[in-house]
Amino acid sequence: MNKNKVQLLNKRYKAEKRFRLYGQSAIFMALLFLIIFIFKIFSTGYSAFQKTWLIVPVTFDAELMMLEQNPSKEDLKDADYYDIALKSMADLDPNANENQENELKRMVSYFFEREIKRELLNDPSLIGKTKDVYLTASDDLDQVFKGNYPRDLPEDQRRVTDYQLKIFDQLVELGKVESKFNLSFFTYPDSREAELAGIASSFMGSIFSILVCLMIAFPVAVLAAIYLEEFAPKNRFTDFIEVNINNLAAVPSIVFGLLGLGILLAVFQLPRSTPLVGGITLSLMTLPTIIIACRASLKAVPPSIREAALAMGASKMQTTMHHTVPLSMPGTLSGTIIGLAQALGETAPLILIGMVAFVNTIPGSPLDPAASLPVQIYIWAESAERGFVEKVSACIMVLLGFLIIMNLFAQIIRHKFEKKWS
Amino acid sequence: MNLILFTFIVLLGFTSYYFGRKKAYTIQYTKKRLTALPQFYGYYLAIWCAIPAFIIFSLWAIFEPTIVKLLILSDYSNQGYLDNELNLIYEKTKSLSRGQFTGEITPFIEASAKKYINLRSIAQSSKVVIVLSAIIASGAYAYKRISSNSRTREPVEKFLKAVLFTASLAAILTTVGIIFSLIFQTIDFFKVIPLFDFVFGTHWYPAKAFVRDSSEALDPSMYSDTFGAVPIFAGTFFIAFIAMCVAIPIGLMSGIYLAEYASVKVRQYAKPLIEILAGIPTVVYGFFAALTVGPFLKEIGNSMGLDVSAESALAAGGVMGIMIIPFISSLSDDVITSVPQSLRDGSYAMGATKSETIKKVIFPAALPGIVGSILLGVSRAIGETMIVVMASGLAANLTLNPLESTSTITAQIVVILIGDQAFGDPKTQAAFALGMSLFLVTLCLNIVALRVVKKYREKYE
Repeated sequence: MNKNKVQLLNKRYKAEKRFRLYGQSAIFMALLFLIIFIFKIFSTGYSAFQKTWLIVPVTFDAELMMLEQNPSKEDLKDADYYDIALKSMADLDPNANENQENELKRMVSYFFEREIKRELLNDPSLIGKTKDVYLTASDDLDQVFKGNYPRDLPEDQRRVTDYQLKIFDQLVELGKVESKFNLSFFTYPDSREAELAGIASSFMGSIFSILVCLMIAFPVAVLAAIYLEEFAPKNRFTDFIEVNINNLAAVPSIVFGLLGLGILLAVFQLPRSTPLVGGITLSLMTLPTIIIACRASLKAVPPSIREAALAMGASKMQTTMHHTVPLSMPGTLSGTIIGLAQALGETAPLILIGMVAFVNTIPGSPLDPAASLPVQIYIWAESAERGFVEKVSACIMVLLGFLIIMNLFAQIIRHKFEKKWS
Repeated sequence: MNLILFTFIVLLGFTSYYFGRKKAYTIQYTKKRLTALPQFYGYYLAIWCAIPAFIIFSLWAIFEPTIVKLLILSDYSNQGYLDNELNLIYEKTKSLSRGQFTGEITPFIEASAKKYINLRSIAQSSKVVIVLSAIIASGAYAYKRISSNSRTREPVEKFLKAVLFTASLAAILTTVGIIFSLIFQTIDFFKVIPLFDFVFGTHWYPAKAFVRDSSEALDPSMYSDTFGAVPIFAGTFFIAFIAMCVAIPIGLMSGIYLAEYASVKVRQYAKPLIEILAGIPTVVYGFFAALTVGPFLKEIGNSMGLDVSAESALAAGGVMGIMIIPFISSLSDDVITSVPQSLRDGSYAMGATKSETIKKVIFPAALPGIVGSILLGVSRAIGETMIVVMASGLAANLTLNPLESTSTITAQIVVILIGDQAFGDPKTQAAFALGMSLFLVTLCLNIVALRVVKKYREKYE
């Protein structure tokens, strides 16, 4: 009998231990996912911050460039650079036939002409001389150099030909291939060519959308929260507003995209694909988040503050505007930043209002067509080229970086400025 | 012109504030007792100066183009033009009046362009006159009021309160906007496709509706067996089910562990770390599912001799489950912590171990709240878009095999609406009908979940 009791107790203790273990492994699993996730993104993405350059000797032959004696700056700008660009690539292998010359040309990006032009504009005295010029390597060679491209595939299954690889290897041996920080990733707009694609256009699109979103959502949400928390009578109607807000906070984001498409674009005829429409759509989405945060922080202001102000003869409006609202601002602001961070990562509604259009200019105002960072991730992730995989991961890193900064900022505001009432 | 007028109104508002306040000081100087603080005199004057003018200004900006268009097109009214042609005429008129017209100029259009320029200039000048006279009239009225030292605080506060109230209507307006944007297209859709075919049809192939000459009349019989949404609904719930299979055990157990077992230190670090999972944008999850998880599962499946699609429902659902873990864990954590301590103490006093207390006492007590949090998680899984768009298939298969690809409501909406949309096309309307059903399903889930959680909170607070 006694032995049975001990056995039973042991069994119960074992069950206890097991249960605890389930809990621990659940937490462990969740954290493991997070780690795998971040590791995967970083390991595929870090190489995108480097860019491969081919160092090619270019002879600035005035005759080939159709330049006369003592050309002016204007002449240099209008000169024909295509021929010398082609020639310098073809000169990499003096024995190349016509096909191979074509392949040589495709070892660099189609910006090679522009890069050579820039070199000459920087130093016009180069005419007639030969100089080593840095040319952006094509994305496939870029991937080969970074070791992401399986070289042992049969030739017809890869986009780099054996001939290109041979010349490339010769260049590597001569030290004519160099990897440098990829500044163009941050300064170039989107492009169909992976080696020239950058995030500048989508970054500006994101900034404009978020600004529009902030300018609309913040004032409306704060005013609404003040009304609901401080002035609203308790009746059916305010209950209805509350139910509405809580529901909107849980409505799928794509429905807001349909709203933007069906109302903003179809009825109000606002311009498609623009950060203006994107921002308005996102603001409707973040509105409930900010209202809820603002109401919570208004609620956290103790009634004694209000009573003191009222006792000093302030009106209800003065009490609210001079005392309650300023005291609730830290909580409201951090809630707003978190809401904006959500809006910054939102993709689906922006796709529906047409912000997936291919944009290869950097937007200068919220009325220019643009993409946004998450949409850019989507666009690149859907492209087949290998070079875009690392770009996607790098873009994700930039986006996550912004989200982390915004969330930290929200935390700091909350902890630094929020009054602790006790 | 609009911008100048707008800045003028704003500037006038600001200056009249100072002017009104100064007026209050002069009243005070005459040893009269003020009825409110001086700045209220300023606010009062500023509101009266700027707001009526601003309202007239915005109404004008909204209605002017429509009225001008009506006046221009009234010349063409009895000539049997179609709506589209009238619009074209109007566009031609506008571009001709701007001097950007390149096509053939007919005398008709030239005449209406002249009329257009004329109307515009009349409209512009009358707008300026009306706005300015509104400012003068309302400003003079307000100035008279403050000079006679009548009450200013009450009207100003009433105005502010009205502004606050209007702002709080934004939430209702958004809901109304959602319903409006969905309902007309949905009704049009069901005029062509019978509701019965949509809800019970088992064949979804919207691309078929694309192959249509837009000038031909709609032939509903063409679309029979095209818009049967059963595979879509089934796929949606199936992927959501897979997601919940991942999210519920992990989320619930970590919620329980954080609430009952974890030391303060573990909780302090583990909770925000898990919540990072909720802050990662869904497009990032989609990329992860499509690039890593899908091929990984395919490889495992192939090595076991199974035929796994690279875009399997399992990959999309599994990653979606990871995304939902933090929602369930933090909500159930909250729910469990709000169970009163007395219940635990009672159970411990009876000799129960911690896990027995959790399983037999706390879990049943917290069950309504936990169910609520799971329902919210389901609603999120159903409405999740990017993961499915990127990692799951786009063809709607009716299958219950997690290794094959299926499609969901959200993925179909994106597939249909990406790129250019033609409103009035059954395919576009189908997307809105899907959106409507998505909205209704999540609305029901949300209302039930929020009510359950609220009831639960009230019980223990």
